Amino acid sequence: MSVTDLAAEPMPAGLEPESIEGRSPWRLAWSRLVRDRVAIASLIVILLMVAAALAAPLFAALTGHSPTDQYRETGLTDQGIPVGPGAEFWLGTDSLGRDLFVRTVYGARISLLVGVVATLLATFAGVVIGLVAGYFGGIVDTILARAIDVVLSFPYLIFAMALVSVIGPSLVMTTLVIAFFSWASIARIVRGQTLAIKEKEYIEAARSLGASPMRIMFVDVLPNLVAPVIVLATLLVPTAIVFEATLSWLGLGVDVRIPSWGAMLAESQSFFRVAWWYLIFPAGALLLTTLAFNLLGDGVRDALDPRSERLFATRRKGKP
Amino acid sequence: MIRFLIRRVVFGVFVLWLVSLGTFLLFFVVPGDPARSIAGRQATPETIALIRERLGLDEPLAVQYWTFLKNLFRGDLGYSYYNNQPVTALIAERIGPTASLVIGGALLWLVIGVGVGILSATHARSLLDRVTAGFVVAGISMPTFVVGLMLLFVFNYLLSTVLGITFFPGGQYTPLEEDPADWLRHMILPWITLCTVQAAIYTRLTRGSLLEVLGEDYIRTARAKGDGNRRVVVVHGLRAALTPVVTQLGVDVGYMLGGVVVTESVFGLGGVGQAALQAIVNLDRPVVMGVVLLAAFFVVLASIVVDIAYSFLDPRVRLS
Amino acid sequence: MSTDGDVLVRVEGVEKHFPVKKGVFFQHEVGRVRAVDGVDLEIRQGETLGIVGESGCGKSTLARCIAGLLPVTAGQVSFEDEPISGLSRSGMRPFRRQIQMIFQDPYGSLNPRRRVGSIIGDPFDIHRLAAGAERKRRVQELMELVGLRPEHYNRFPSEFSGGQRQRIGIARALALRPKLVVCDEPVSALDVSIQAQIVNLLADLQAELGITYVFIAHDLSVVRHVSTRVGVMYLGKIVEMAEGERLYTRPQHPYSAALLSAGSVADPDEAARRERIILTGDVPSPIAPPPACRFHPRCPKAQHICTTTEPPLEVKPGEPADHVTACHFPVRPGERLGQTGLGAEPPPPSTGEPTAESGGEGGTA
Ligand SMILES: Nc1ncnc2c1ncn2[C@@H]1O[C@H](COP(=O)(O)OP(=O)(O)OP(=O)(O)O)[C@@H](O)[C@H]1O
Ligand code: SF4
Ligand SMILES: [Mg+2]
Repeated sequence: MSVTDLAAEPMPAGLEPESIEGRSPWRLAWSRLVRDRVAIASLIVILLMVAAALAAPLFAALTGHSPTDQYRETGLTDQGIPVGPGAEFWLGTDSLGRDLFVRTVYGARISLLVGVVATLLATFAGVVIGLVAGYFGGIVDTILARAIDVVLSFPYLIFAMALVSVIGPSLVMTTLVIAFFSWASIARIVRGQTLAIKEKEYIEAARSLGASPMRIMFVDVLPNLVAPVIVLATLLVPTAIVFEATLSWLGLGVDVRIPSWGAMLAESQSFFRVAWWYLIFPAGALLLTTLAFNLLGDGVRDALDPRSERLFATRRKGKP
Repeated sequence: MIRFLIRRVVFGVFVLWLVSLGTFLLFFVVPGDPARSIAGRQATPETIALIRERLGLDEPLAVQYWTFLKNLFRGDLGYSYYNNQPVTALIAERIGPTASLVIGGALLWLVIGVGVGILSATHARSLLDRVTAGFVVAGISMPTFVVGLMLLFVFNYLLSTVLGITFFPGGQYTPLEEDPADWLRHMILPWITLCTVQAAIYTRLTRGSLLEVLGEDYIRTARAKGDGNRRVVVVHGLRAALTPVVTQLGVDVGYMLGGVVVTESVFGLGGVGQAALQAIVNLDRPVVMGVVLLAAFFVVLASIVVDIAYSFLDPRVRLS
Repeated sequence: MSTDGDVLVRVEGVEKHFPVKKGVFFQHEVGRVRAVDGVDLEIRQGETLGIVGESGCGKSTLARCIAGLLPVTAGQVSFEDEPISGLSRSGMRPFRRQIQMIFQDPYGSLNPRRRVGSIIGDPFDIHRLAAGAERKRRVQELMELVGLRPEHYNRFPSEFSGGQRQRIGIARALALRPKLVVCDEPVSALDVSIQAQIVNLLADLQAELGITYVFIAHDLSVVRHVSTRVGVMYLGKIVEMAEGERLYTRPQHPYSAALLSAGSVADPDEAARRERIILTGDVPSPIAPPPACRFHPRCPKAQHICTTTEPPLEVKPGEPADHVTACHFPVRPGERLGQTGLGAEPPPPSTGEPTAESGGEGGTA
């Protein structure tokens, strides 16, 4: 970068001339994340999972098995027991002679879709509500903070079950219910962070320049919330996935005709003594997904918040 | 202190009222007619009309809700639509398994979680700490019902087929007062199930909280006074570090006493949670309302107890 | 209304009280922090008005009231004879360009998530004065003006040292070419070696741009070289104000004298000559300030009257017209202040009758 038009002026000592661009906190975080092998492995697992979910119809075509068709001739033994993993059915079949592999791959679609969409909705609502409550304070804050408390003290699983059961299970319903019971924890943290940021002098500086509340909220406060929100959201995805699987397992999740891991596990319960694959594969897929998201979330948190590193460092020095 | 309590109780009652209203209204969104489902498919219109009248279903919504509230204050939660049993009696009958599960489970996860958490914090960054961290993420990623199914798979299928002995029966509940040994045998797997996720959460919580406290000034001061490291940790650190643990414990136990739907369902313990699930599937409004209110009651109660415990545990917190 | 052509800002009877509230559902006031409790002063065109006082005496609060960042509880701040207290955000907007602040904490006053260019360019965005390449050019001009390298336009605050960050804050404050810049302890957080650099920069900028400063510090030595006049603040009030050098050589208020003796004295001879007056006791709480003269529990010269009658801020006989002091017993030149008086005793309860304890030096009251 040539700076011919800028006359060489006396420069403050101690400044190295390289990296004029400036290492953004994001780039620093990214470089820390990339060095975290567990996080990267998790990211790869998640991407593979997403790819498999997207390519589910491809797998159906490849095996020649649809996720819902029952292959009673080939898929069940003479005694009507599911057949095990093999060339025909890669991961075996279920109690109705359906292809477990194809169903598991289709199940990934539901889990990921519900998990991600519910997380996005909850995160959006949580950030907006927490930001508004924390920034404006006063009566607005009192009302919103109370609303957060109320939602947090709802017996959410039972209430969600009742809601789904009354209104009828569907993909949209399940997603909305999960989002409804998840936004409050995000809102609470965002509110707390906003309250802390609001006291910072740079907010006062913005006010002294004449910035409007909206501008301050979005230009000065929001960027400081992005890091914690990303962490919270990453960790909310596995929670939402577990929530969905649990509702489906209880028979109160998405439509029973759609293959979902929770519902598959519920069906497997009376069969796993004769067909271990029926239990193991959907359970494994579910665990792998939630584990990957949790590990990634931890990695992202460590990358964005090196403070935990420092905590370790001081602790180590203090050790006798 | 007294004013603080009054404030908390007022808010708690407010939450309970919201929960009752929410649940009540929820059931009027249902397209079906409870009278029809009680009467059965072949019932004559006269029978249905009679049932409607007896249940007060022909009254306006507000009147019905008012009647419900009045009865609630007299400790009457109504009768199950399904089998006419008084809801209070039903809850009393089902609370045993739930309480056994929650109390035993809580003791177990508390001992494991806090114990491992302390070890992990005092040996931060050691191999032990890293192995623990791995288990913690795995534990947190596990949906409870998957843990239960896996345990059943291992103990009720793998081990019993291989060794021919069933260590722990999977399912049913023997009341403690009838046969303590059998009660224990039946409770072990449910406890482990409940404990897996919880112990992971508590380990993480204890470790994080203790590390944070260890970094604080007053621990440094205590150390400067020449106490041994171990004593410093135990005497000064734990009291403050356990505050969030106690909070979490209160909230969790509160939530769970209202019904541990998943664990109870996996093992068929027949507690409040399972009753709730059945009632929800049957659209048995009085039972659902009873259980939801019970759950909310425990949550609210727990949060008040926690706040009081706070002021005793953490020297830095004083209720105002 | 304009009587004094060169007065830029007039502060009249300004009070700022923060309510102390209790209760969640029904909040009620249980007391108030009297952070600023009746301040009158004027800021003259082109001068540097130094304000000094111990931590917590209300300097920042006063600064924020002058800058229009806090609504005042009572009183009025006028800028060029136009009252600005109580203006709405939009009514305040034109004055925002005229009055700017430089903050104490070079870390807290810059948003860590924004690039320096965007921080310094903020004023241009907010007031829609420049955008795109024009904005960048003007930002880089400002960076040069305050001694930063314009190429560092895209860096983040975390990549700069404390002194450089303070330069960024200065550049931001100067972007709109304000007439008044309120500097709230601009160098307290910096290394001593850097302090002089920043103070000199501010002085150079004043000479170049003709800015008026309010310069706040908690010890007198920092403001000594830059201030035209200096005001001493104690528990929400101005207790003495004088032309700069005069306050240093002939302080009249016992508190000013005490501050001077406590402050770091560069000249060792002067330090030897000067007797340290130890300020005993803590600063009393601004929630319940001592009655009458607020300094009396700590004052070596306190007499009975100091606990009953508040001394007005006035010109003492024989003093120049711009040297005002709020004290019944101003310090005479050469007078030695011992550790006697009310201050030698534990501070009496503010509601009680402390007179019995007042074994002041003369006891003549
Ligand atoms: N927003 C606020 N709410 C309540 N009290 C406040 C608030 N801001 C300041 N105070 C109180 O007002 C008093 C004066 O505070 P201020 O910050 O003005 O002091 P200061 O002289 O600037 O001190 P320092 O040298 O530490 O910056 C203090 O007792 C402080 O606690
Ligand atoms: S002499 Fe009296 S009036 Fe003067 S400062 Fe001391 S106490 Fe206040
Ligand atoms: Mg200050």
